Amino acid sequence: MEKILVGLKRVVDYNVRVRVRSDGSGVETDGVKMSINPFDEIALEEALRIKERGDAAEVIVVSIGNSDARQQLRTGLAMGADRAILVETDEETDPLSSARVLLEIVNREHPGLVLLGKQAIDNDNNQTGQMLAALWGRPQATFASELVLDGNLAKVTREIDVGLESIEVDLPAVVTTDLRLNEPRYVKLPDIMKAKKKPLEQIPLAELNIEASARISEIAFALPEQRQKGIMVDDVAGLVAALQDKGLL
Amino acid sequence: MTRILLVAEHDGTTINPSTAKCVTCASELPDAEIHVAVLAEDGASLASEVAGLTSVDKVIQVDNPANSYPVAAILAPQIVAIADGYSHVFGPSTTFGKDLMPRVAALLGVNQISDIMSVLGSHCFRRPIYAGNAIVTVEAPAGQPVVATVRTASYASAADGGSASIEAVSVDADLPGHTRFIELRSGKSDRPDLQTAAKVVSGGRALGSAENFDLIYKLADALGAGVGASRAAVDAGYVPNEMQVGQTGKIIAPKLYIAIGISGAIQHLTGIKDAGTIVAINKDGEAPIFEIADIGLVGDLFKIVPELEAAISS
Ligand SMILES: Cc1cc2nc3c(=O)[nH]c(=O)nc-3n(C[C@H](O)[C@H](O)[C@H](O)COP(=O)(O)OP(=O)(O)OC[C@H]3O[C@@H](n4cnc5c(N)ncnc54)[C@H](O)[C@@H]3O)c2cc1C
Ligand SMILES: Nc1ncnc2c1ncn2[C@@H]1O[C@H](COP(=O)(O)O)[C@@H](O)[C@H]1O
Repeated sequence: MEKILVGLKRVVDYNVRVRVRSDGSGVETDGVKMSINPFDEIALEEALRIKERGDAAEVIVVSIGNSDARQQLRTGLAMGADRAILVETDEETDPLSSARVLLEIVNREHPGLVLLGKQAIDNDNNQTGQMLAALWGRPQATFASELVLDGNLAKVTREIDVGLESIEVDLPAVVTTDLRLNEPRYVKLPDIMKAKKKPLEQIPLAELNIEASARISEIAFALPEQRQKGIMVDDVAGLVAALQDKGLL
Repeated sequence: MTRILLVAEHDGTTINPSTAKCVTCASELPDAEIHVAVLAEDGASLASEVAGLTSVDKVIQVDNPANSYPVAAILAPQIVAIADGYSHVFGPSTTFGKDLMPRVAALLGVNQISDIMSVLGSHCFRRPIYAGNAIVTVEAPAGQPVVATVRTASYASAADGGSASIEAVSVDADLPGHTRFIELRSGKSDRPDLQTAAKVVSGGRALGSAENFDLIYKLADALGAGVGASRAAVDAGYVPNEMQVGQTGKIIAPKLYIAIGISGAIQHLTGIKDAGTIVAINKDGEAPIFEIADIGLVGDLFKIVPELEAAISS
C-alpha cells in the first residue's frame, strides 16, 4: 500500500500519578510530563515495521491538539515517520469530533491502513478508532496483538476477554493496538536532529469544516475512594487466622 | 420516560454475566423501561434466559445467520435499525461492548459515555479516567440518544425471577461483508471465571516461568478461586492474555483477591479497586501493593505459597 496513517495523541505520561485540582475543576496538567499515548507509540512502531518490510511506502503521523503536540509529532518523526500533520485546536476535541477530523484526513490522504491506539490513557474513552471506522464505512479490528498483511487483506489477532480472536478484514481498515502488538523502538539522538527537517503541516481545525457534535460535559472531578493500608501478618498461620476472621476461609 | 435498549452479550449458547450487571445499572435510571436486544443466529433460548432477569421489560430477539459470531461492523447497523424511539442504548464495558458500542454511537451521530460506574440521573453519570485515578461526573446532551458502556465491576447482577415478553424482530439493514471471523482460541478451564469468581489468586513476574505458575493454580484450586495475572506475567508468556488483570486487562471485584509476587503498579491496582479484601504476598516490604492491601505478608512466595496451600487444604 502507499500510505499508513497513525494517530498520535499527546497525553500525560503514564508514569505520572495525576492529581485532581482541589476545587474539583479538573486534573492538574500544568508542569506535568507529557508523552505520546503509549498505545499510539505501538501503532507507530507497527506502521514503521510494515514500511520496513516493504509493504507500505509512507507513514504519516497525525495529531489533533494545540501547538504543544508538535513535540509528540517530532518524536514520531524521529522514530521514523515520514511526515506529520497537526490539526490545531486549543480546545480538546471529543471522540466523535476526533473521528470526524481523522476521516477528513483520510479523505485527503487515502491511506490503505489507519493505525490508532485502543485507548487514550487520559480519558480512557476507547472510542475514536471504532467511530472512524463507522463513519468511513470500513472494517475495524480493535485490540490487535498481531497484524499480518496479505495483499488487500489484513489478518488481525485481537485480545478479547475469552482469549485470542482472529479476524480477516478487507483494506482499507482501521486497526487499534493493544500492548502486546510490539515493543516500540527507542529514539536515537541523530534521528531527532534529522526529524527537524521532515515536513510538519499545521492545519487549523476551523479550516476543516467538521460537523459540530454535542459534547458530553464534564461537570466535576473527584478523587476515587482510597483504600486504606491494612494489617501486616508475620507468617502463614497469621494470614490464615486473619482470613478466617473475615469469614473468607 | 427513559427507554433503554441494552445489547446482550452471549457466546451463542449462554448469556454473559455482564448482561445482568448492565440491567442493574439500567434499572437505576429514573423511570426506566428496559428492553434487551439479543442478536444471535438462533436466539430463542438466549432470549428466554434474558427474559428471566428481574427489571427487564421486554426482550427483542433478532435472529440472523450473520449473527452467529459477534462482529461489531455487522451488529452495529442492526442495533441502529432497532434503536429508534429509545432514549438510551447501553452495552457492557467488556471487550465485546467496547468494540461494538462506539460504532453504534458514531452511526447514531453521538458521543459515548464509557464505563459508567454510577448513575446520578437519566443523563448524569460518574466514570473513571486516568486509569481510575480520577472520577469525573459527566452529563450527556439532551435531545439525542445516550450511548454508554457499563463498568460491570461496579454492579451486582440482576436477580432471576423476571418474566419479560419476547418479541422476534426482523431487521432490514445492509450488513457488510468486509469483516470475517476466522477463529477463537480460548484456554478452556474448569476454574471459576475470572470476571465473576468470588475469590481470585493472581501471580506476577516473580513467578519466573510458566511451570512455576503451577503454584498459583494449586493455591487457587485449594480455595476454589479463579486465576489472574499481572501484565508482566502475561508479557513473559507464563499465562495467556485473558488472565490479565488491570487497566488494559480485566476489571474485577471478587470478595477476596490474593496478589502474589505483584508489585502493585497503578495500572494493576485499577483492576482490583473494588475487591472486598486484598491480600498481598511479596518479598519486598516496600512494594506499593502493601499500601492498599488489607492483609500483607512479607516473604518469599516460593516458601509461603506451598505452606498456605497446605494449610488451606488440611
Ligand atoms: C498503558 C499501560 C497499561 C498497563 N496495563 C496493565 C494491566 O492491565 N495490568 C497489569 O498488571 N499491568 C499493566 N501495566 C504494567 C504495569 O505498569 C506493571 O509493569 C506491571 O503490573 C508489573 O507486573 P508485576 O507486578 O508482576 O511485576 P514487577 O513490577 O516486576 O513486580 C514483581 C514483584 O514481585 C516481587 N517478588 C520477586 N520475587 C519474589 C519472591 N520470590 N517472592 C515474593 N515476591 C517476589 C518483587 O518484590 C516485585 O514487587 C500497564 C502498563 C502500561 C504502560
Ligand atoms: N487528539 C488526538 N490526536 C490524535 N489521535 C487521537 C486523538 N484522540 C484520539 N486519537 C486516537 O484514537 C485512539 C483512541 O482514543 P480514545 O478514543 O480517546 O480513547 C488514540 O489512541 C489515538 O490513536
